[in-house]
Amino acid sequence: MSDPILTIRNVESFYGPIMAIRGVSLDVIPGQIVSILGANGAGKTTLLKTISGVMDPEKGKITFDGDDIQGSEPHKIVLKGIVHVPEGREVFPLLTVDENLSLGAFTSNDKGQIDHDRDLVFSYFPILKERRTQEAGTLSGGQQQMLAIGRGLMANPRIMLLDEPSLGLSPMLVQEIFDILKRLNDEQNMTMMLVEQNANAALELAHHGYVMEVGRIVMDDAADVLIKTEDIQNFYLGIQDEGARENRRWKRKKTWR
Amino acid sequence: MDNAQLLISGLANGCVYGLIALGFVLIYKATEAVNFAQGDFMMLGAFVSIGLTNTEYMGLPFWLALPISLGIMGALGYLLDRLIIRRLFGESQTAVVILTIALGFVIRFAAGLIWGHEPQTLQNPLAGKEVRFGGLVLGMEDVAVIVVTVLLTWGLYVFFSRTKLGLAMQGASQNQLAAYYMGIPVKRVQGFIWALAGVVAGIAGILFAAKGTVDPTTGLLGIKAFAAAVIGGFGSLPGALAGGLIVGVIEPFASRYIAAGYSQIAPYALLLAVLIFCPNGLFSQVLVKKV
Repeated sequence: MSDPILTIRNVESFYGPIMAIRGVSLDVIPGQIVSILGANGAGKTTLLKTISGVMDPEKGKITFDGDDIQGSEPHKIVLKGIVHVPEGREVFPLLTVDENLSLGAFTSNDKGQIDHDRDLVFSYFPILKERRTQEAGTLSGGQQQMLAIGRGLMANPRIMLLDEPSLGLSPMLVQEIFDILKRLNDEQNMTMMLVEQNANAALELAHHGYVMEVGRIVMDDAADVLIKTEDIQNFYLGIQDEGARENRRWKRKKTWR
Repeated sequence: MDNAQLLISGLANGCVYGLIALGFVLIYKATEAVNFAQGDFMMLGAFVSIGLTNTEYMGLPFWLALPISLGIMGALGYLLDRLIIRRLFGESQTAVVILTIALGFVIRFAAGLIWGHEPQTLQNPLAGKEVRFGGLVLGMEDVAVIVVTVLLTWGLYVFFSRTKLGLAMQGASQNQLAAYYMGIPVKRVQGFIWALAGVVAGIAGILFAAKGTVDPTTGLLGIKAFAAAVIGGFGSLPGALAGGLIVGVIEPFASRYIAAGYSQIAPYALLLAVLIFCPNGLFSQVLVKKV
């Protein structure tokens, strides 16, 4: 196994007085997909924001490709090759699909590379090519998610941080998007760090999984081992009582079969 | 023929309002703050150009003073953001509003101290010249104001829609967080916007001082420009210009056809009507985020 491209050691981040991450450590191996599972408020999004520089950690070390990057400005982190595809799409609503993609490549000046990346995005998301002159705010939710991922690809990243790409999408669309993520990993050898509540979909895609709960990592193992753990459902939903458990079994069938 | 004459002078006035409104909208779009000192910025731009050009002050050649005053106004806009506004990052918008209102007072008094309170006009090569067009007699300054405004608006349009920096500015105003994620240095972009707003105010000031007189209280017509920006739909650049033109054209017609005491309220009556019947303004860009 090769050395990790991204290592996180004992990182602590705060929202004002509230400690959102309480000492997280993890590794991402190049070419692999790492999934982070956890309920709402577990600190998953905060962890990604801390890596991408939108939030600064109070303590700890983040190393990317041998360089310490904790506390850097977001645009310097993008230049290093880390791109963050945020939760809830966050496209530029009044710009066209094409203009959104151009802004994804903001840090690059290499026109040939940008054109190449744009073709790559259109080959994975042909619908974006059809809609390239349409304003992004008028796309459907699934198309906006595709645009957000494609916009991330335009930065020609070495690692993508994906925050809940399944949020608010139908099971069919989730499947479609996760298939594309798998192809990106297989064909482009794209390294990914994926934050998800949809544990089954995320673990099927990932090589390695971490489970977060109230700001800490409570479990970590190879994804195919983790997926067989009976407790995993409790961890990712964060609900223990019997009634909710029934509810969840019903949901599971509906979502993954 | 009378009406055509009124229309042209209204359009020329409206262009100045439109340029100030453009400054309001630029800053509002990029930073979600309203710079209530924008009108005073315009007045300051006028006095800076007068101070550089007029013979009783420095007496530089007009075409040399022009770029220098625009440079000074841009630098002032940039420094204002860099030294003051940026420190309020994360504070409530009220803080910025009050700060810019206070800044307006400071600029007014400073201008009064430096250049005095007498109305002054910019000595310029177009002064007093006339264009005859059909039966119309147009002041050369009025024509210049309209031409410059059209060119500037076109230039800004091209800048925002065609260049990378312009696109990044649009992106940063539409979704600041996403702009950070894309590696756009949002704070630097905002500094650039303040500088641009300073330059636009400078251009408006020069045009205004060339076609009429300015004194330190001239900046108060920023309130009319604010009304223009709201009529056009705060947040839309073409809307701001159109709002300015509407206000500018209404004024001379109102004073011609409505009793003197009432004509002054015409722009504000229009503002009220727009807010009641079309609360987002005439040219709003509002999109509801899809989940």
